[in-house]
Amino acid sequence: MKINDLLNHTSEWLKGTGPNSDIVISSRIRLARNLSKYPFPHWASKAQLEEILVKISEAMSKIDMLKSSTLFKLADLDAIDKQFLVERHLMSIEHSQKTDYKALLVDDEEIIAVMVNEEDHLRIQLMQSGFNLFEARDIINRLDDSLSGLLDYAYLDDFGYLTACPTNTGTGMRGSVMLHLPALVMSRQIERVLAAIAKLSFTTRGLYGEGTQASGNFFQISNQVSLGHGEDEIIENINGLIHQIIEQETQARQILLSKNKEVLEDRINRSLGILKSARIITSQETIELLSMVRLGSDLGMIKDINRRTINELFIITQPAHLQKLENKKLSSDERDLKRAQLIRKKLNLL
Amino acid sequence: MLCDVCKKNPATVHLTEIIDDQMNELHLCEDCARNKSAAMEQQFGLSDLLAGMADFEKPNKDEENIAVKCSNCNLTYADFKKVGRLGCGECYNAFRKYLAPLLKRIHGSNQHVGKSPFKEKTVAKPDRKGLDLGNLKAEMQRAIQREDFEEAARLRDQIKLIEAKKES
Repeated sequence: MKINDLLNHTSEWLKGTGPNSDIVISSRIRLARNLSKYPFPHWASKAQLEEILVKISEAMSKIDMLKSSTLFKLADLDAIDKQFLVERHLMSIEHSQKTDYKALLVDDEEIIAVMVNEEDHLRIQLMQSGFNLFEARDIINRLDDSLSGLLDYAYLDDFGYLTACPTNTGTGMRGSVMLHLPALVMSRQIERVLAAIAKLSFTTRGLYGEGTQASGNFFQISNQVSLGHGEDEIIENINGLIHQIIEQETQARQILLSKNKEVLEDRINRSLGILKSARIITSQETIELLSMVRLGSDLGMIKDINRRTINELFIITQPAHLQKLENKKLSSDERDLKRAQLIRKKLNLL
Repeated sequence: MLCDVCKKNPATVHLTEIIDDQMNELHLCEDCARNKSAAMEQQFGLSDLLAGMADFEKPNKDEENIAVKCSNCNLTYADFKKVGRLGCGECYNAFRKYLAPLLKRIHGSNQHVGKSPFKEKTVAKPDRKGLDLGNLKAEMQRAIQREDFEEAARLRDQIKLIEAKKES
């Protein structure tokens, strides 16, 4: 597989399928793992990083589950390709910087993505569409077991899996769920919900993970604590919390529908109108308007545009995706023009 | 409008910065904006938070903890406090005394419950052949004797690096 093959492919997590996919975009789990004896990436020499990369690549090449996947060496990729992979949520922003001996393995369906030599030697990630943490856990567990049969992980009985940052020690696991919560935002209840989440030792982040702002009513919620609770307990806790948030969002949507239907309908259709006719549009505005259109589609107010098309638009209108589609470097102003053109084309064809 | 920093490229990012109640507007090009945001992250990152927590652990700071060093990777506790990252898995043994309370503060527990790797681990053994200088030098000599110069060169680089880290 080449990077360009991904361009015409819909990532698993964007398919808009799976349980509760009107509110839950995707579920993901990541495990942080390190090889024993070797220094963690930030402290390792180039020779050691290279050795680590070779060991891990060899192990991964022996695993059946990873048969139809590709390993990209980050140093071989140009800036747009790297940003493209970040936009698809296959790797972190950190992984796209200082790329010596860093690699990313992606399977053809974009369900599995393994970062090598990011903050830890291994960051194994599993992505599912909709609210699907348990299936994600089962798959990533199998993959982790196969890898631990081939690699000597850094592990201590009392501290668990050892990681570069002590915030990940223990299970090394982070489960996260990406939610679309427009009704809670519109009814100004979101602050209360987010405050409650923080009190329960969960973290809320924006679309692109650590350090990014929530935009377009998208929130990524994940566990903060990784030591002292087993994997299943962590997953069940997130699962329970997400169920409650889904219920609150559903209620808020019902209330908006019953009390403010005209206002809501107006906002949704205006958003669609702008997307269908704008000539210049930023990615921030695109995300905000698409968020409203998605709500309209979820509530049955917009019938001719499906969730998958909307999800795809979120991604292909991002800067690196646009540049890859155009096959050339574009300035910010040029992108705003091309973005508007692409959205018009996609939405008016329907 | 041109970028306030490089004065070359057109400004496309507009930033309002508030420092000590002073509001400051900045108009930046994409490249300068990216550098700026990296600089802001560095100003106050996770490492500061962690270092802060580690400090909190030791109100009566004796210098002894700063000098403790991991024999596997040569990271000192002072290094950890500076970067907020440990050097290798062995650091958890080397700094156990300070890490156990820190982990408890972060996670509310310092006892792992959950899965473990299939194989029996020997990570905790301090006498295992590690990456310390003596071992590496001996290994390099053996590699030279059997004329495996590629391996010898690799070991030489590793030794150099550890020595350089020691000096700094």
